[in-house]
Amino acid sequence: MLDQQQVPTAPGLSEEDVRRIVRAELEREPATRSAAIIASKGTLDWAYPPLILATTAAASGMDASVFFTFYGLNIIHKDFERLLKVSPLGNPAMPMPVPMPNAVLGLPGMGPMATAMMKSKFRGKHVAEIRELLESARDLDVRLIACQMTMDVFGYEASDFLDGVEFAGAAAFLAAARQAHVTLFV
Amino acid sequence: MSQTQIETAAELDARGLLCPMPVVKTAKAMKELAPGEVLKLIATDRGSIADIPAWASTTGNELLEHYEEDGAFVFFLRKSGEV
Repeated sequence: MLDQQQVPTAPGLSEEDVRRIVRAELEREPATRSAAIIASKGTLDWAYPPLILATTAAASGMDASVFFTFYGLNIIHKDFERLLKVSPLGNPAMPMPVPMPNAVLGLPGMGPMATAMMKSKFRGKHVAEIRELLESARDLDVRLIACQMTMDVFGYEASDFLDGVEFAGAAAFLAAARQAHVTLFV
Repeated sequence: MSQTQIETAAELDARGLLCPMPVVKTAKAMKELAPGEVLKLIATDRGSIADIPAWASTTGNELLEHYEEDGAFVFFLRKSGEV
């Protein structure tokens, strides 16, 4: 990670000089102040990275937009609290209290249990809830854009989504991404 | 530890919060300040040691000083004149 105390400086360049150069660079290249992120996954765990990065980008003075496509639409659906879940099945990376074979993880009730466990764990560690991140995103003017094509495929209406959500397609995302140095696919 | 006394205009207690909330709340708190004023931030998120300097560098605000005290990380951030 970048620690500004450790930024190497050329001889004769003070920290103030470096700051001035960085600021000039930021002004010269507006794309350094823009982030365009795609959120394609609709599980509770994968809802975090795009929202964390978008809110942090916006809090850092950047224009941030998140394009929600396919299962990522769950994140901005009005019913996101119910839709966002995790499943331990087929996810060997998920920490479990005791090792369990997939045959057990596939039993009824294991999915809801894993979801409840993750929510409880996150709450215990004071990780922000998805609701809080969505509120922060709104406060920080993060653009939340739903993919119109997947909405049509899944049978969603505009009214199914949170207030403030915009609707667009690939061309709109690419137009934003062309102006952004930070583009991520989650 | 702080050698000099820094005059602060506001204090933000972000103890217990994890990424990204210390940065999100810091940005919000800094918005309330006038250029040149200083925010004192107290956080317990270990990630803030790297994240707050990175945030300051991205936004052009100045990190005057930071140190660890009683298991918390204390930062003094001066609002830039250009934001």
